[in-house]
Amino acid sequence: MQDAVTTITADRGAVLAERWRLVARTLFPFIVVGAIWEVIAWAGVFPRRLFPPLEEVAASFVHLTMTGILPRHAIETILRLLTGFALAGVVGVTIGVLMGRSRRAEDILLPLVSIGAPIPGLAYAPLFLLWFGLGNVSSVLLVGFVSAFPIIFNSWTGVKAVKEIWVRSAQAMGADDRRLFRHVILPGALPYILTGLRLGLAQAWRILVAVEMLAAVPWGLGWLIFGARKFLNTDAMLAGIVVIAVIGLALEKLVFQKIENYTVVRWGMISS
Amino acid sequence: MTETGQSRRSLVRGTLAVLGAAAVYEAMARSGYFAPALLPTLPTIGRTLVAMLADGSMLEHAAFTLYRVMFGFGLAIVVGLPLGILMARFQRVENFFLPLVSALMPIPSFALVPLFMLWFGIGNLTTILIVFYAATFPMMFNTWSGVRSVNPLWLRAAGAMGADEHKLFWKVIIPGASPFIITGMRQAFLRSWIAVVGAEMIAASDWGLGWVIFDAKEFLNTDIMLASLIVIGLIGFAFERFIFGSLERMTVLRWGMMRTAKG
Repeated sequence: MQDAVTTITADRGAVLAERWRLVARTLFPFIVVGAIWEVIAWAGVFPRRLFPPLEEVAASFVHLTMTGILPRHAIETILRLLTGFALAGVVGVTIGVLMGRSRRAEDILLPLVSIGAPIPGLAYAPLFLLWFGLGNVSSVLLVGFVSAFPIIFNSWTGVKAVKEIWVRSAQAMGADDRRLFRHVILPGALPYILTGLRLGLAQAWRILVAVEMLAAVPWGLGWLIFGARKFLNTDAMLAGIVVIAVIGLALEKLVFQKIENYTVVRWGMISS
Repeated sequence: MTETGQSRRSLVRGTLAVLGAAAVYEAMARSGYFAPALLPTLPTIGRTLVAMLADGSMLEHAAFTLYRVMFGFGLAIVVGLPLGILMARFQRVENFFLPLVSALMPIPSFALVPLFMLWFGIGNLTTILIVFYAATFPMMFNTWSGVRSVNPLWLRAAGAMGADEHKLFWKVIIPGASPFIITGMRQAFLRSWIAVVGAEMIAASDWGLGWVIFDAKEFLNTDIMLASLIVIGLIGFAFERFIFGSLERMTVLRWGMMRTAKG
């Protein structure tokens, strides 16, 4: 690596070769695992329907995508994720900031939040299904409810972690409450809030799939996988899992790293 | 004096908040606007909890759930810990496993439940494997970053003082990485606890706290659901507070690693 970096100006060919080597190195484990999968599938250790070879999964993936079934499932899942997460974000940040700013709010809310937090979110699922019925309302509310906890805790910690001296110097320079909040507390707490949002989104994503299975929503990747089981469509199931993996990866790489670069790094909050 | 006054006032306010929430719930349950089957009163929930504890059914459910969690979690440690260490110590291992781990990590464990149900049937095996899948990645990832973040100065100092590979590993690398490893265990347990409840709901067998909750829904036994919810919360809380807390005291704090990890 180091050698390649030093020769960048001297030789572009070496850089290109290095890049190819990186691609090959990244692909290599997947090729190995894929080959093992193929061997097991073709050796007939398991019934073909339960352990389809990769080309069948790929064919089913292409087929489901072309007919528009897979995209529709994916879009519904993403919409549900975003709605639930937006709910959690608004409510969670509000409660967290309130708890960080006001002693009274902290005293009242902290015990309530601490009681709800240690119960795994999915355990609430049947309760929500009973209270709000099967379908979208329950799943969105549940996703929102569960992902709100890390957001609350992190916003609360973030507001409390804003340096007292910043607040006091802003006040000394005559900042009113609104300016203090907008220009000192919010930027100061932002790294924590973003961490909370990131954890919340990850949490929401992790349970959404299971919620879709339990809540019998008409469309959604979780339901696709769960429904495919009844017809032994293992290829459709694996295609759904691939889409889930891609969305999960995209959430992490495209959404959060971008937001973090844009806000926190720009305001110079990470290094301080 | 103001400090203790302040903390006493916090305590009073907190207690009042919890009592107030309970009173609001109780009033809603008794108001008759909601079906009593959906919103049981607090004494009903308490009675159900006591009855289930007394006849041993709750303990049996909890035992099944704990067995699955511990099995899967133990497996995750046995696989994740060495793999994380190997990845951090050997470039080749890292080159091979890191792309795979990064691709598998964003798949929520529940997405695999239907697949595992097809492959392994419903019951213990599927649940344990789901727990294993959920817990391995945080374990591996944290161990990996822990071993990598061991201060190179310590390694060189130990090497200069004549420590061999074996000694270096046990006396420097493992204690140095321990804060991360314990964090990994905590995260892994949290994930397994979530995973076991979900897996028990979806891949229902006959026992387990997740199964009880889901099964109670069919019969509108909301009191059983809430009672099991309380037990699930308590067990999770106890693990986090007592077991991992004391584990941390025994290793990280005793080796004096906490400050270095934070600094």
